Amino acid sequence: MRAWKFGNDINTDLITPGRYTITTDKTKLGSIAFIEHRPEFAKEVKAGDIIIAGKNFGCGSSREHAPVAIKAAGVSAVIAKSFARIFYRNAINIGLPVLICEEVDRIDDGDLVEINFETGEIHDKTKNITLKAKPLPKFIQKIVEKGGLVNFLRSEGYV
Amino acid sequence: MGLTITEKILANASHKSEVTAGDVVFADVDIVMAHDSTAPLAIEGFYEIGKKVFDPNKIVIVFDHFFPSPSVDAARLHQKVRNFVTEQKLPNFFTDGVCHQILVEKFVSPGNIIVGADSHTCTEGALGAFSTGLGSTDIAASMATGKCWFKVPESLKFNLSGSPKKGVYAKDIILNIVGQVKADGALYKAAEFTGDYVKNASVSSRLTLCNMAIEIGAKNGIIEADEKTTNFLGREGKIFKSDKDAVYEDEYELEVDKIEPQIACPPVVDNVKPVTSVEGKKIDQAYIGTCTNGRLEDIEIAARILKGKRIADNVRLIVVPASTKIYLDAFNEGCLQEIIKSGGTVCNPGCGPCVGRHEGVLAEGEVCISTQNRNFSGRMGHPKAEIYLASPATVAASALAGKIVDPRRYL
Repeated sequence: MRAWKFGNDINTDLITPGRYTITTDKTKLGSIAFIEHRPEFAKEVKAGDIIIAGKNFGCGSSREHAPVAIKAAGVSAVIAKSFARIFYRNAINIGLPVLICEEVDRIDDGDLVEINFETGEIHDKTKNITLKAKPLPKFIQKIVEKGGLVNFLRSEGYV
Repeated sequence: MGLTITEKILANASHKSEVTAGDVVFADVDIVMAHDSTAPLAIEGFYEIGKKVFDPNKIVIVFDHFFPSPSVDAARLHQKVRNFVTEQKLPNFFTDGVCHQILVEKFVSPGNIIVGADSHTCTEGALGAFSTGLGSTDIAASMATGKCWFKVPESLKFNLSGSPKKGVYAKDIILNIVGQVKADGALYKAAEFTGDYVKNASVSSRLTLCNMAIEIGAKNGIIEADEKTTNFLGREGKIFKSDKDAVYEDEYELEVDKIEPQIACPPVVDNVKPVTSVEGKKIDQAYIGTCTNGRLEDIEIAARILKGKRIADNVRLIVVPASTKIYLDAFNEGCLQEIIKSGGTVCNPGCGPCVGRHEGVLAEGEVCISTQNRNFSGRMGHPKAEIYLASPATVAASALAGKIVDPRRYL
Protein backbone atom coordinates (compact mmCIF):
# COMPACT_ATOMS: atom_id res chain seq x y z
CA MET A 1 0.00 0.00 0.00
CA ARG A 2 1.27 3.44 -0.88
CA ALA A 3 2.56 5.67 1.92
CA TRP A 4 1.51 9.32 1.94
CA LYS A 5 4.00 11.28 3.97
CA PHE A 6 3.14 14.37 6.02
CA GLY A 7 5.19 16.55 8.38
CA ASN A 8 4.98 17.52 12.06
CA ASP A 9 2.00 19.16 13.80
CA ILE A 10 -0.52 18.39 11.05
CA ASN A 11 -3.58 20.12 12.50
CA THR A 12 -7.26 19.36 11.95
CA ASP A 13 -7.69 22.59 9.95
CA LEU A 14 -5.25 21.12 7.42
CA ILE A 15 -7.01 17.74 7.43
CA THR A 16 -10.60 19.04 7.28
CA PRO A 17 -10.90 22.86 7.15
CA GLY A 18 -13.88 24.13 9.15
CA ARG A 19 -15.46 25.63 6.05
CA TYR A 20 -15.90 22.12 4.59
CA THR A 21 -17.20 20.25 7.64
CA ILE A 22 -20.78 21.50 7.75
CA THR A 23 -21.97 17.94 7.07
CA THR A 24 -22.02 14.48 8.62
CA ASP A 25 -21.93 12.73 5.23
CA LYS A 26 -18.92 10.42 5.45
CA THR A 27 -18.42 10.09 1.68
CA LYS A 28 -18.41 13.87 1.34
CA LEU A 29 -15.94 14.14 4.22
CA GLY A 30 -13.71 11.54 2.53
CA SER A 31 -13.61 13.69 -0.59
CA ILE A 32 -12.36 16.76 1.30
CA ALA A 33 -9.50 15.17 3.27
CA PHE A 34 -6.50 17.56 3.04
CA ILE A 35 -8.43 19.51 0.37
CA GLU A 36 -6.30 22.64 0.65
CA HIS A 37 -3.12 21.29 2.22
CA ARG A 38 -2.63 18.55 -0.35
CA PRO A 39 -5.39 18.79 -2.99
CA GLU A 40 -4.32 15.69 -4.95
CA PHE A 41 -4.65 13.42 -1.90
CA ALA A 42 -8.37 12.69 -1.91
CA LYS A 43 -8.37 12.23 -5.69
CA GLU A 44 -5.44 9.81 -5.84
CA VAL A 45 -5.56 7.91 -2.53
CA LYS A 46 -6.44 4.22 -2.94
CA ALA A 47 -8.28 2.00 -0.49
CA GLY A 48 -5.73 0.57 1.93
CA ASP A 49 -3.11 3.34 1.55
CA ILE A 50 -1.46 4.59 4.73
CA ILE A 51 -0.49 7.97 6.13
CA ILE A 52 2.97 8.55 7.60
CA ALA A 53 3.50 11.62 9.76
CA GLY A 54 5.81 13.28 12.25
CA LYS A 55 4.94 14.40 15.77
CA ASN A 56 1.61 15.65 17.13
CA PHE A 57 -0.54 14.49 14.20
CA GLY A 58 -4.13 15.76 14.42
CA CYS A 59 -3.53 18.66 16.78
CA GLY A 60 -6.08 21.45 17.14
CA SER A 61 -9.82 21.04 17.03
CA SER A 62 -11.78 18.11 18.51
CA ARG A 63 -13.67 17.68 15.24
CA GLU A 64 -14.17 13.98 14.65
CA HIS A 65 -14.67 14.90 11.00
CA ALA A 66 -10.86 14.69 10.67
CA PRO A 67 -10.36 10.96 11.38
CA VAL A 68 -13.74 10.20 9.75
CA ALA A 69 -12.55 11.92 6.54
CA ILE A 70 -9.22 10.05 6.57
CA LYS A 71 -10.97 6.71 7.08
CA ALA A 72 -13.66 7.46 4.49
CA ALA A 73 -10.96 8.40 1.96
CA GLY A 74 -9.80 4.77 2.19
CA VAL A 75 -6.77 5.11 4.47
CA SER A 76 -6.14 1.87 6.39
CA ALA A 77 -3.85 3.29 9.11
CA VAL A 78 -1.99 6.39 10.26
CA ILE A 79 1.55 5.91 11.57
CA ALA A 80 3.09 8.90 13.36
CA LYS A 81 5.82 9.73 15.85
CA SER A 82 3.07 10.99 18.17
CA PHE A 83 -0.59 11.95 18.03
CA ALA A 84 -2.55 14.83 19.52
CA ARG A 85 -4.71 13.44 22.30
CA ILE A 86 -8.23 14.11 21.04
CA PHE A 87 -7.45 12.93 17.49
CA TYR A 88 -5.96 9.72 18.92
CA ARG A 89 -9.07 8.97 20.99
CA ASN A 90 -11.36 9.81 18.09
CA ALA A 91 -9.46 7.52 15.72
CA ILE A 92 -9.57 4.61 18.19
CA ASN A 93 -13.27 5.23 18.82
CA ILE A 94 -14.22 5.09 15.14
CA GLY A 95 -11.91 2.17 14.32
CA LEU A 96 -9.19 3.98 12.35
CA PRO A 97 -5.92 2.23 13.27
CA VAL A 98 -3.31 4.65 14.64
CA LEU A 99 0.24 3.45 15.29
CA ILE A 100 3.11 5.20 17.04
CA CYS A 101 6.56 4.59 15.59
CA GLU A 102 9.63 6.70 16.38
CA GLU A 103 11.48 5.61 13.23
CA VAL A 104 8.66 6.32 10.81
CA ASP A 105 10.83 9.02 9.14
CA ARG A 106 12.70 6.24 7.37
CA ILE A 107 9.67 5.68 5.15
CA ASP A 108 9.38 8.05 2.19
CA ASP A 109 6.37 9.36 0.34
CA GLY A 110 5.29 6.85 -2.30
CA ASP A 111 6.98 3.82 -0.67
CA LEU A 112 5.01 0.60 -0.65
CA VAL A 113 4.31 -0.44 2.90
CA GLU A 114 2.63 -3.37 4.62
CA ILE A 115 1.49 -3.43 8.23
CA ASN A 116 1.07 -6.52 10.35
CA PHE A 117 -1.44 -5.34 12.94
CA GLU A 118 -0.92 -8.47 15.07
CA THR A 119 2.79 -7.91 15.57
CA GLY A 120 2.99 -4.14 14.99
CA GLU A 121 5.58 -4.71 12.27
CA ILE A 122 5.70 -2.15 9.48
CA HIS A 123 7.42 -3.47 6.38
CA ASP A 124 8.65 -0.94 3.79
CA LYS A 125 8.78 -3.08 0.64
CA THR A 126 10.41 -0.31 -1.41
CA LYS A 127 13.39 -0.07 0.96
CA ASN A 128 13.14 -3.58 2.35
CA ILE A 129 13.25 -2.44 5.96
CA THR A 130 11.01 -3.44 8.85
CA LEU A 131 10.06 -1.03 11.62
CA LYS A 132 8.23 -1.78 14.82
CA ALA A 133 5.25 0.19 16.16
CA LYS A 134 4.86 0.78 19.87
CA PRO A 135 2.32 -1.69 21.31
CA LEU A 136 -1.04 -0.14 22.24
CA PRO A 137 -1.74 0.36 25.95
CA LYS A 138 -3.80 -2.58 27.27
CA PHE A 139 -6.96 -0.56 27.82
CA ILE A 140 -6.84 0.95 24.33
CA GLN A 141 -6.16 -2.51 22.90
CA LYS A 142 -9.45 -3.71 24.41
CA ILE A 143 -11.39 -0.93 22.64
CA VAL A 144 -9.62 -1.71 19.36
CA GLU A 145 -10.33 -5.43 19.69
CA LYS A 146 -14.04 -4.70 20.10
CA GLY A 147 -13.97 -2.51 16.97
CA GLY A 148 -14.43 0.88 18.60
CA LEU A 149 -15.94 2.55 21.63
CA VAL A 150 -19.61 1.72 20.99
CA ASN A 151 -19.04 -2.03 20.86
CA PHE A 152 -16.62 -1.84 23.77
CA LEU A 153 -19.22 -0.13 26.00
CA ARG A 154 -21.78 -2.75 25.02
CA SER A 155 -19.47 -5.66 25.79
CA GLU A 156 -18.50 -4.17 29.17
CA GLY A 157 -22.14 -3.68 30.12
CA TYR A 158 -22.08 0.12 30.22
CA VAL A 159 -25.03 0.35 27.82
CA MET B 1 2.99 10.96 48.40
CA GLY B 2 0.68 13.85 47.70
CA LEU B 3 -1.84 14.26 44.90
CA THR B 4 -2.46 17.00 42.37
CA ILE B 5 -5.81 18.74 42.02
CA THR B 6 -6.41 16.85 38.76
CA GLU B 7 -5.76 13.48 40.45
CA LYS B 8 -8.07 14.39 43.35
CA ILE B 9 -10.98 15.41 41.12
CA LEU B 10 -10.64 12.27 38.99
CA ALA B 11 -10.43 10.06 42.11
CA ASN B 12 -13.53 11.69 43.57
CA ALA B 13 -15.52 11.26 40.35
CA SER B 14 -14.52 7.62 39.97
CA HIS B 15 -15.27 6.78 43.62
CA LYS B 16 -11.69 5.93 44.55
CA SER B 17 -9.70 7.12 47.54
CA GLU B 18 -6.80 8.03 45.30
CA VAL B 19 -5.53 7.65 41.78
CA THR B 20 -2.13 8.30 40.27
CA ALA B 21 -0.93 9.33 36.84
CA GLY B 22 -1.26 6.48 34.36
CA ASP B 23 -4.31 4.84 35.98
CA VAL B 24 -7.36 4.40 33.75
CA VAL B 25 -10.59 5.42 35.49
CA PHE B 26 -14.26 5.55 34.61
CA ALA B 27 -15.50 8.83 36.02
CA ASP B 28 -19.02 10.19 36.48
CA VAL B 29 -19.45 13.34 34.41
CA ASP B 30 -21.31 16.43 35.67
CA ILE B 31 -21.71 18.27 32.36
CA VAL B 32 -21.72 16.93 28.79
CA MET B 33 -21.55 19.66 26.14
CA ALA B 34 -21.76 19.71 22.36
CA HIS B 35 -22.19 22.56 19.88
CA ASP B 36 -23.68 22.97 16.43
CA SER B 37 -20.49 21.81 14.72
CA THR B 38 -19.91 18.64 16.77
CA ALA B 39 -23.39 17.69 18.02
CA PRO B 40 -24.59 16.34 14.63
CA LEU B 41 -21.96 13.55 14.56
CA ALA B 42 -22.47 12.96 18.30
CA ILE B 43 -26.22 12.50 17.76
CA GLU B 44 -25.59 9.90 15.06
CA GLY B 45 -23.21 8.10 17.42
CA PHE B 46 -25.67 8.42 20.30
CA TYR B 47 -28.44 6.56 18.51
CA GLU B 48 -26.06 3.66 17.89
CA ILE B 49 -25.63 3.38 21.67
CA GLY B 50 -28.86 4.36 23.34
CA LYS B 51 -32.34 5.78 23.15
CA LYS B 52 -32.43 8.23 26.07
CA VAL B 53 -29.74 10.50 27.49
CA PHE B 54 -28.61 9.55 31.02
CA ASP B 55 -29.81 12.85 32.53
CA PRO B 56 -31.32 15.66 30.38
CA ASN B 57 -30.28 18.27 32.98
CA LYS B 58 -26.61 17.45 32.55
CA ILE B 59 -26.51 17.82 28.78
CA VAL B 60 -25.81 21.30 27.39
CA ILE B 61 -26.22 22.07 23.68
CA VAL B 62 -25.05 25.42 22.29
CA PHE B 63 -25.27 26.89 18.79
CA ASP B 64 -22.19 29.09 18.50
CA HIS B 65 -20.00 28.00 15.59
CA PHE B 66 -22.39 29.16 12.86
CA PHE B 67 -25.42 30.83 14.36
CA PRO B 68 -27.63 32.24 12.85
CA SER B 69 -27.11 29.76 10.04
CA PRO B 70 -25.14 31.16 7.09
CA SER B 71 -26.14 28.43 4.59
CA VAL B 72 -28.66 25.72 3.81
CA ASP B 73 -26.19 23.04 4.92
CA ALA B 74 -25.73 24.79 8.26
CA ALA B 75 -29.48 25.20 8.69
CA ARG B 76 -29.94 21.49 8.02
CA LEU B 77 -27.48 20.60 10.79
CA HIS B 78 -29.20 23.04 13.16
CA GLN B 79 -32.51 21.37 12.33
CA LYS B 80 -31.08 17.95 13.13
CA VAL B 81 -29.79 19.14 16.51
CA ARG B 82 -33.02 21.00 17.37
CA ASN B 83 -34.96 17.80 16.70
CA PHE B 84 -32.66 15.94 19.09
CA VAL B 85 -33.11 18.63 21.76
CA THR B 86 -36.91 18.35 21.43
CA GLU B 87 -36.99 14.58 21.31
CA GLN B 88 -34.73 14.15 24.34
CA LYS B 89 -36.47 17.02 26.17
CA LEU B 90 -33.18 18.79 26.87
CA PRO B 91 -33.78 21.95 28.94
CA ASN B 92 -30.28 23.38 28.43
CA PHE B 93 -30.21 24.59 24.84
CA PHE B 94 -28.63 27.97 24.03
CA THR B 95 -28.00 30.15 21.00
CA ASP B 96 -26.60 33.20 22.75
CA GLY B 97 -22.91 32.76 23.35
CA VAL B 98 -19.76 30.67 23.00
CA CYS B 99 -20.33 27.24 24.58
CA HIS B 100 -17.50 27.66 27.11
CA GLN B 101 -18.75 31.03 28.28
CA ILE B 102 -22.28 29.64 28.64
CA LEU B 103 -20.90 26.79 30.78
CA VAL B 104 -18.88 29.21 32.90
CA GLU B 105 -21.83 31.52 33.50
CA LYS B 106 -24.53 28.93 34.13
CA PHE B 107 -23.21 25.46 34.93
CA VAL B 108 -19.64 24.90 36.10
CA SER B 109 -18.86 24.37 39.79
CA PRO B 110 -15.44 23.67 41.30
CA GLY B 111 -14.71 19.94 41.46
CA ASN B 112 -16.89 19.10 38.44
CA ILE B 113 -15.98 16.74 35.63
CA ILE B 114 -16.86 18.44 32.35
CA VAL B 115 -16.60 16.88 28.91
CA GLY B 116 -17.25 18.91 25.80
CA ALA B 117 -17.13 18.17 22.09
CA ASP B 118 -14.81 21.10 21.56
CA SER B 119 -11.07 21.16 22.11
CA HIS B 120 -11.21 24.40 24.10
CA THR B 121 -13.25 22.76 26.86
CA CYS B 122 -9.98 23.05 28.80
CA THR B 123 -11.10 26.67 29.46
CA GLU B 124 -13.49 25.71 32.27
CA GLY B 125 -10.61 24.23 34.29
CA ALA B 126 -9.88 27.81 35.40
CA LEU B 127 -12.72 27.35 37.89
CA GLY B 128 -11.13 24.41 39.71
CA ALA B 129 -12.87 21.74 37.62
CA PHE B 130 -11.51 18.90 35.48
CA SER B 131 -12.63 19.92 32.02
CA THR B 132 -11.51 18.41 28.74
CA GLY B 133 -12.31 18.29 25.03
CA LEU B 134 -13.42 15.08 23.33
CA GLY B 135 -14.69 14.00 19.95
CA SER B 136 -18.27 13.28 19.02
CA THR B 137 -18.27 9.51 19.72
CA ASP B 138 -16.89 9.98 23.24
CA ILE B 139 -19.51 12.66 23.84
CA ALA B 140 -22.22 10.36 22.47
CA ALA B 141 -21.11 7.69 24.94
CA SER B 142 -21.12 10.17 27.83
CA MET B 143 -24.59 11.40 26.88
CA ALA B 144 -25.82 7.80 27.02
CA THR B 145 -23.96 6.58 30.11
CA GLY B 146 -23.06 9.62 32.22
CA LYS B 147 -19.52 8.30 32.34
CA CYS B 148 -16.24 8.71 30.53
CA TRP B 149 -12.93 6.88 30.68
CA PHE B 150 -9.75 8.84 31.35
CA LYS B 151 -6.12 8.00 31.70
CA VAL B 152 -5.10 10.04 34.75
CA PRO B 153 -2.60 12.55 33.29
CA GLU B 154 0.82 13.48 34.59
CA SER B 155 0.80 17.12 35.68
CA LEU B 156 3.00 20.04 34.65
CA LYS B 157 3.15 22.98 37.04
CA PHE B 158 3.41 26.51 35.70
CA ASN B 159 4.38 28.83 38.53
CA LEU B 160 3.63 32.39 37.40
CA SER B 161 5.04 35.06 39.68
CA GLY B 162 5.07 38.85 39.73
CA SER B 163 2.83 41.52 38.20
CA PRO B 164 2.65 42.13 34.47
CA LYS B 165 3.85 45.46 33.11
CA LYS B 166 1.33 47.94 31.73
CA GLY B 167 0.05 46.72 28.36
CA VAL B 168 0.70 43.05 29.16
CA TYR B 169 -2.26 40.75 29.79
CA ALA B 170 -3.10 37.08 30.42
CA LYS B 171 -3.10 36.53 26.64
CA ASP B 172 0.51 37.69 26.38
CA ILE B 173 1.49 35.40 29.24
CA ILE B 174 -0.15 32.28 27.79
CA LEU B 175 1.24 33.07 24.31
CA ASN B 176 4.68 33.31 25.87
CA ILE B 177 4.15 29.90 27.50
CA VAL B 178 2.95 28.35 24.21
CA GLY B 179 6.03 29.76 22.47
CA GLN B 180 8.33 28.16 25.05
CA VAL B 181 6.60 24.83 25.61
CA LYS B 182 5.58 24.33 21.93
CA ALA B 183 2.54 22.65 20.40
CA ASP B 184 3.22 19.18 21.82
CA GLY B 185 5.10 20.15 24.98
CA ALA B 186 2.26 19.13 27.30
CA LEU B 187 0.79 16.32 25.19
CA TYR B 188 -1.66 14.17 27.25
CA LYS B 189 -0.79 16.10 30.43
CA ALA B 190 -2.55 18.37 32.90
CA ALA B 191 -1.31 21.98 32.80
CA GLU B 192 -1.71 23.44 36.28
CA PHE B 193 -1.30 27.20 36.60
CA THR B 194 -0.35 28.58 39.99
CA GLY B 195 1.67 31.33 41.67
CA ASP B 196 0.91 34.84 42.91
CA TYR B 197 0.13 36.16 39.42
CA VAL B 198 -2.64 33.56 39.08
CA LYS B 199 -3.95 34.25 42.59
CA ASN B 200 -4.18 37.97 41.83
CA ALA B 201 -5.57 37.51 38.31
CA SER B 202 -9.27 38.02 37.56
CA VAL B 203 -11.42 35.00 36.75
CA SER B 204 -11.58 36.29 33.17
CA SER B 205 -7.78 36.28 32.89
CA ARG B 206 -7.59 32.81 34.43
CA LEU B 207 -10.04 31.56 31.79
CA THR B 208 -7.75 32.99 29.08
CA LEU B 209 -4.78 31.04 30.52
CA CYS B 210 -6.61 27.70 30.67
CA ASN B 211 -8.26 28.25 27.27
CA MET B 212 -4.95 27.84 25.48
CA ALA B 213 -3.75 24.76 27.40
CA ILE B 214 -4.78 22.69 24.37
CA GLU B 215 -2.36 24.71 22.23
CA ILE B 216 0.49 22.97 24.08
CA GLY B 217 -1.32 19.65 23.67
CA ALA B 218 -2.59 19.45 27.26
CA LYS B 219 -5.53 17.28 28.27
CA ASN B 220 -6.75 19.91 30.71
CA GLY B 221 -5.74 23.28 32.06
CA ILE B 222 -6.50 23.79 35.74
CA ILE B 223 -6.41 26.46 38.43
CA GLU B 224 -7.43 25.90 42.05
CA ALA B 225 -10.72 27.56 42.95
CA ASP B 226 -10.61 30.24 45.63
CA GLU B 227 -12.93 32.85 47.06
CA LYS B 228 -12.67 34.86 43.85
CA THR B 229 -13.93 31.83 41.90
CA THR B 230 -16.91 31.12 44.15
CA ASN B 231 -17.86 34.81 44.36
CA PHE B 232 -17.79 34.98 40.57
CA LEU B 233 -19.84 31.80 40.15
CA GLY B 234 -22.22 32.28 43.04
CA ARG B 235 -21.86 28.51 43.49
CA GLU B 236 -19.71 26.64 46.01
CA GLY B 237 -19.00 23.26 44.43
CA LYS B 238 -16.27 21.09 45.93
CA ILE B 239 -12.88 22.70 46.23
CA PHE B 240 -9.80 20.52 45.70
CA LYS B 241 -6.23 21.70 46.12
CA SER B 242 -2.94 20.11 45.15
CA ASP B 243 -0.94 18.71 48.05
CA LYS B 244 2.40 20.39 48.84
CA ASP B 245 4.17 17.12 48.05
CA ALA B 246 2.14 16.39 44.92
CA VAL B 247 4.16 14.87 42.08
CA TYR B 248 4.71 16.93 38.92
CA GLU B 249 6.44 15.66 35.84
CA ASP B 250 7.96 19.07 35.28
CA GLU B 251 7.77 22.59 36.73
CA TYR B 252 8.12 25.87 34.87
CA GLU B 253 8.92 29.18 36.56
CA LEU B 254 7.80 32.32 34.80
CA GLU B 255 8.33 35.88 36.01
CA VAL B 256 5.48 37.67 34.29
CA ASP B 257 6.95 41.14 34.87
CA LYS B 258 9.64 40.23 32.33
CA ILE B 259 7.12 39.53 29.55
CA GLU B 260 6.50 42.06 26.74
CA PRO B 261 3.35 42.09 24.58
CA GLN B 262 3.42 38.86 22.53
CA ILE B 263 2.10 37.79 19.14
CA ALA B 264 1.71 34.36 17.51
CA CYS B 265 2.64 34.57 13.84
CA PRO B 266 1.14 32.39 11.09
CA PRO B 267 0.69 29.55 10.45
CA VAL B 268 1.08 27.90 13.87
CA VAL B 269 0.26 28.98 17.42
CA ASP B 270 3.71 28.26 18.89
CA ASN B 271 5.41 30.70 16.48
CA VAL B 272 5.40 33.38 19.19
CA LYS B 273 7.42 36.62 19.07
CA PRO B 274 7.40 39.98 20.86
CA VAL B 275 4.89 42.28 19.12
CA THR B 276 7.71 44.77 18.47
CA SER B 277 9.36 42.32 16.06
CA VAL B 278 6.42 42.42 13.61
CA GLU B 279 5.38 46.05 14.09
CA GLY B 280 4.35 47.71 10.83
CA LYS B 281 2.78 44.62 9.22
CA LYS B 282 -0.29 45.90 7.35
CA ILE B 283 -3.64 44.38 8.37
CA ASP B 284 -7.02 44.03 6.65
CA GLN B 285 -9.10 42.77 9.57
CA ALA B 286 -8.97 42.95 13.36
CA TYR B 287 -11.11 40.60 15.47
CA ILE B 288 -11.84 40.83 19.19
CA GLY B 289 -13.86 38.00 20.71
CA THR B 290 -13.94 34.17 21.16
CA CYS B 291 -13.64 31.83 24.13
CA THR B 292 -10.11 33.18 24.61
CA ASN B 293 -10.79 36.91 24.81
CA GLY B 294 -14.47 37.78 24.31
CA ARG B 295 -15.24 38.64 27.92
CA LEU B 296 -16.20 42.00 29.46
CA GLU B 297 -12.65 42.70 30.68
CA ASP B 298 -11.38 42.25 27.09
CA ILE B 299 -14.05 44.45 25.52
CA GLU B 300 -13.43 47.15 28.14
CA ILE B 301 -9.72 47.22 27.30
CA ALA B 302 -10.51 47.54 23.59
CA ALA B 303 -13.15 50.23 24.13
CA ARG B 304 -10.75 52.33 26.22
CA ILE B 305 -8.19 52.26 23.40
CA LEU B 306 -10.78 52.99 20.67
CA LYS B 307 -12.71 55.70 22.55
CA GLY B 308 -12.97 58.93 20.57
CA LYS B 309 -10.77 57.61 17.75
CA ARG B 310 -11.38 56.17 14.30
CA ILE B 311 -10.06 52.84 12.98
CA ALA B 312 -7.78 53.02 9.92
CA ASP B 313 -9.31 53.20 6.44
CA ASN B 314 -9.51 49.81 4.72
CA VAL B 315 -9.47 47.94 8.05
CA ARG B 316 -12.56 46.22 9.36
CA LEU B 317 -12.81 45.71 13.10
CA ILE B 318 -15.16 42.95 14.24
CA VAL B 319 -16.12 42.58 17.90
CA VAL B 320 -18.11 39.59 19.18
CA PRO B 321 -18.99 39.41 22.89
CA ALA B 322 -18.72 35.83 24.18
CA SER B 323 -22.25 35.79 25.62
CA THR B 324 -25.45 37.80 25.80
CA LYS B 325 -24.66 38.68 29.41
CA ILE B 326 -21.34 40.16 28.32
CA TYR B 327 -23.01 41.86 25.34
CA LEU B 328 -25.53 43.60 27.62
CA ASP B 329 -22.94 44.49 30.26
CA ALA B 330 -20.65 45.97 27.59
CA PHE B 331 -23.60 47.86 26.16
CA ASN B 332 -24.68 49.21 29.55
CA GLU B 333 -21.13 50.37 30.22
CA GLY B 334 -21.03 52.16 26.86
CA CYS B 335 -18.19 49.99 25.50
CA LEU B 336 -20.06 48.77 22.43
CA GLN B 337 -21.07 52.34 21.57
CA GLU B 338 -17.41 53.42 21.60
CA ILE B 339 -16.47 50.45 19.40
CA ILE B 340 -19.25 51.21 16.90
CA LYS B 341 -18.44 54.94 16.84
CA SER B 342 -14.80 54.10 16.09
CA GLY B 343 -15.93 52.23 12.98
CA GLY B 344 -16.16 48.70 14.40
CA THR B 345 -18.84 46.09 13.68
CA VAL B 346 -20.41 44.27 16.63
CA CYS B 347 -21.89 40.83 15.84
CA ASN B 348 -24.14 38.52 17.86
CA PRO B 349 -22.55 36.47 20.68
CA GLY B 350 -20.87 33.27 19.50
CA CYS B 351 -17.59 32.18 17.91
CA GLY B 352 -17.68 34.91 15.25
CA PRO B 353 -15.21 34.49 12.36
CA CYS B 354 -12.72 32.35 14.37
CA VAL B 355 -13.63 29.15 12.51
CA GLY B 356 -14.00 30.79 9.09
CA ARG B 357 -17.66 30.09 8.59
CA HIS B 358 -19.25 33.52 8.81
CA GLU B 359 -18.97 37.13 10.05
CA GLY B 360 -15.56 37.92 8.58
CA VAL B 361 -14.18 35.21 6.29
CA LEU B 362 -10.78 36.16 4.80
CA ALA B 363 -9.76 36.36 1.12
CA GLU B 364 -6.46 35.19 -0.37
CA GLY B 365 -3.55 37.30 0.82
CA GLU B 366 -5.48 39.12 3.53
CA VAL B 367 -4.04 39.63 7.00
CA CYS B 368 -6.06 39.41 10.21
CA ILE B 369 -4.98 40.13 13.77
CA SER B 370 -7.23 38.35 16.24
CA THR B 371 -7.69 37.64 19.94
CA GLN B 372 -8.59 34.00 19.17
CA ASN B 373 -6.45 30.97 19.96
CA ARG B 374 -5.58 29.44 16.56
CA ASN B 375 -3.91 30.79 13.43
CA PHE B 376 -3.67 27.64 11.29
CA SER B 377 -3.73 28.01 7.49
CA GLY B 378 -7.28 28.12 6.18
CA ARG B 379 -8.86 28.52 9.60
CA MET B 380 -10.56 31.86 8.91
CA GLY B 381 -10.95 31.54 5.17
CA HIS B 382 -8.52 31.25 2.28
CA PRO B 383 -5.47 29.09 3.10
CA LYS B 384 -3.24 31.94 1.94
CA ALA B 385 -4.76 34.42 4.40
CA GLU B 386 -2.52 35.17 7.40
CA ILE B 387 -3.69 35.17 11.03
CA TYR B 388 -1.79 36.80 13.91
CA LEU B 389 -2.86 36.16 17.52
CA ALA B 390 -2.56 38.80 20.23
CA SER B 391 -4.24 40.46 23.22
CA PRO B 392 -7.36 42.65 22.90
CA ALA B 393 -5.17 45.73 23.51
CA THR B 394 -2.79 44.83 20.68
CA VAL B 395 -5.69 44.06 18.32
CA ALA B 396 -7.55 47.30 19.13
CA ALA B 397 -4.41 49.43 18.79
CA SER B 398 -3.55 47.70 15.49
CA ALA B 399 -7.07 48.42 14.17
CA LEU B 400 -6.47 52.14 14.79
CA ALA B 401 -3.05 52.07 13.14
CA GLY B 402 -4.01 49.83 10.19
CA LYS B 403 -0.92 47.78 10.96
CA ILE B 404 0.42 45.67 13.81
CA VAL B 405 1.60 47.96 16.62
CA ASP B 406 2.83 47.76 20.20
CA PRO B 407 -0.27 48.58 22.26
CA ARG B 408 1.67 50.37 24.99
CA ARG B 409 1.73 53.60 23.02
CA TYR B 410 -2.07 53.57 22.84
CA LEU B 411 -2.93 53.08 26.51
